[in-house]
Amino acid sequence: MKTFTFERAATPDQAVDAFTAHERARYLGGGTNLVDLMKLGVESPEHLIDVSGLPLDEVERTPEGGWRVGAAVRNSDLAAHPGVRHDHPVLSQALLAGASGQLRNVATTGGNLLQRTRCPYFQDTSTPCNKREPGTGCSARGGAHRDMAVLGHSPHCVATHPSDMAVALAALDAQVEVLGPEGRRTVPAADFHRLPGDTPQQDTVLRPGELVLAVSVPPPHEGARSAYRKARDRASYAFALASVAAVLAVREGTVTHAALAFGGLAHRPWRARAAEEVLVGSAANAHTFARAADAELGAARPLGDNEFKVPLARSLAVNLLTTLADRSEQGA
Amino acid sequence: MDDHHTRPATSSTVTLHVNGTPHTQTTDHRTTVLDLLREHLGLTGTKKGCDHGQCGACTVLVEGRRANSCLLFAVAHDGAHVTTVEGLGEGERRHPLQDAFVERDAFQCGYCTPGQLCSAVGVLAEAAAGHPSHVTPPPGAGEPRPEGAPVPLTRAEIRERMSGNICRCGAYPHIVEAIEEMGDVAGGMDGGARNTDGARGVPGNPSGVPEEATR
Ligand SMILES: Cc1cc2nc3c(=O)[nH]c(=O)nc-3n(C[C@H](O)[C@H](O)[C@H](O)COP(=O)(O)OP(=O)(O)OC[C@H]3O[C@@H](n4cnc5c(N)ncnc54)[C@H](O)[C@@H]3O)c2cc1C
Ligand code: SF4
Ligand code: FES
Ligand code: FES
Repeated sequence: MKTFTFERAATPDQAVDAFTAHERARYLGGGTNLVDLMKLGVESPEHLIDVSGLPLDEVERTPEGGWRVGAAVRNSDLAAHPGVRHDHPVLSQALLAGASGQLRNVATTGGNLLQRTRCPYFQDTSTPCNKREPGTGCSARGGAHRDMAVLGHSPHCVATHPSDMAVALAALDAQVEVLGPEGRRTVPAADFHRLPGDTPQQDTVLRPGELVLAVSVPPPHEGARSAYRKARDRASYAFALASVAAVLAVREGTVTHAALAFGGLAHRPWRARAAEEVLVGSAANAHTFARAADAELGAARPLGDNEFKVPLARSLAVNLLTTLADRSEQGA
Repeated sequence: MDDHHTRPATSSTVTLHVNGTPHTQTTDHRTTVLDLLREHLGLTGTKKGCDHGQCGACTVLVEGRRANSCLLFAVAHDGAHVTTVEGLGEGERRHPLQDAFVERDAFQCGYCTPGQLCSAVGVLAEAAAGHPSHVTPPPGAGEPRPEGAPVPLTRAEIRERMSGNICRCGAYPHIVEAIEEMGDVAGGMDGGARNTDGARGVPGNPSGVPEEATR
């Protein structure tokens, strides 16, 4: 690992100023991803700015009745927050389906959003990778790609985004508040991560030096139920092969509200707008749910060894929507 | 801004309170809490398995909460209170969970054991504080437990909550039994444990860590 200088920021402004003042700076959250990547030589910052102690560690009510989650809130605390669990079970469930107890105690909301892909070639500096070293090629496309993307990938990169939390946030229409050298702005969580295109080195729409301040979720839709389902190679402590976050409201047998996002399938949490269009206004039954899943997954372009992800995601979605429809109808 | 922090230094003077004793060291910024404990303080109870957050062998308690010490830069934890396996008991007296591990034969080679113990102490505290897990039924779903009430540590709960601790010897069944036994005690009384008030601990709950070790 290369040597680096270190500072602890006391305010968000101080953090952003420090970033601007240094050549190769990085923000340090809990460090559960960044420290690992520094050990692997994938990241080699010259200056670390610790933002885990910023006064952004509260989950607060918004004036609209939603929740504002500070970037320094730990994943375990957010997952256990009674108000969040009550209003948005999908968010708590997504967090609890990720990583381990010890990692969640340390990982922050900001760091979780900004974590890098788990593509094994990205983590191995001896292999070509366009995301790590633009222009060197993609080792995964013709290599081990069983865990890679089936939607929205490009010839330049077929990686997936690893966060479970971000999938829930995309389905919840959350907003990400950021502060940068040019000031504050807000980005919808569903548009926060990018597709790889020909610039896979850029995971998100964040500009250099922008710091995540908070993530806000709106109040829950009336009568809606939400949940997260994740399929993985072992029962716990593994990244998603495919996952689904869903919010569904049903009245008198008809879907009145639907939001759906897939994880593990693309370079970003995949908000399933085509599926939602099929769902809203249709009869809440298995036939509709299958039609909705197909409307979205019809665009899938599996790579060969990851074809299994398409039917896996389809059945996760159909099962989850069926469960939520029952609960919504019963007011449970 | 404090000029100590802006100097282009690649090492800093860091104080860690380990098992109640403050240790001040000048360390390279690249030093992890794990390496500081093992290489600089001679506390080799905490083990290094993968060094990448994947195995849990390096688990310690920071302000009463379990964490993988291999992923923590020491400089980022200046002033923190760390409890290692050496500090779980009181003096020569073992922590009740250590006794349960011995009684249940919850290890073979013992390499993962310090991490398992620290992790399990964290699990007991988290469950007592009502923190849910992936397998905890949500309140309302036919589940009388009110939000925030202690979560009973069933075997499924223990397996899920301990999944960040890998055991190459496969001693899992006995590890689960040992923790289950402690959970039963904790459910009935207070787990034979004392409250901690670490700055960022799990609020208001027994973790079994001696108070002076986490403050
Ligand atoms: C073994 C293992 C298993 C895991 N399994 C899962 C899993 O199943 N599901 C899952 O979702 N995750 C999983 N994770 C990933 C884990 O969730 C992330 O490592 C964690 O959320 C990152 O948070 P952090 O605060 O530690 O980030 P850091 O490591 O501190 O930072 C990560 C990135 O975010 C940037 N950053 C941090 N804070 C900010 C901010 N406020 N503004 C702008 N940039 C910022 C950093 O510069 C860095 O680039 C796993 C990790 C490990 C090691
Ligand atoms: S999939 Fe993306 S991250 Fe993986 S090797 Fe290809 S370019 Fe790199
Ligand atoms: S050594 Fe830290 S998790 Fe393996
Ligand atoms: S007892 Fe040998 S690794 Fe767990």
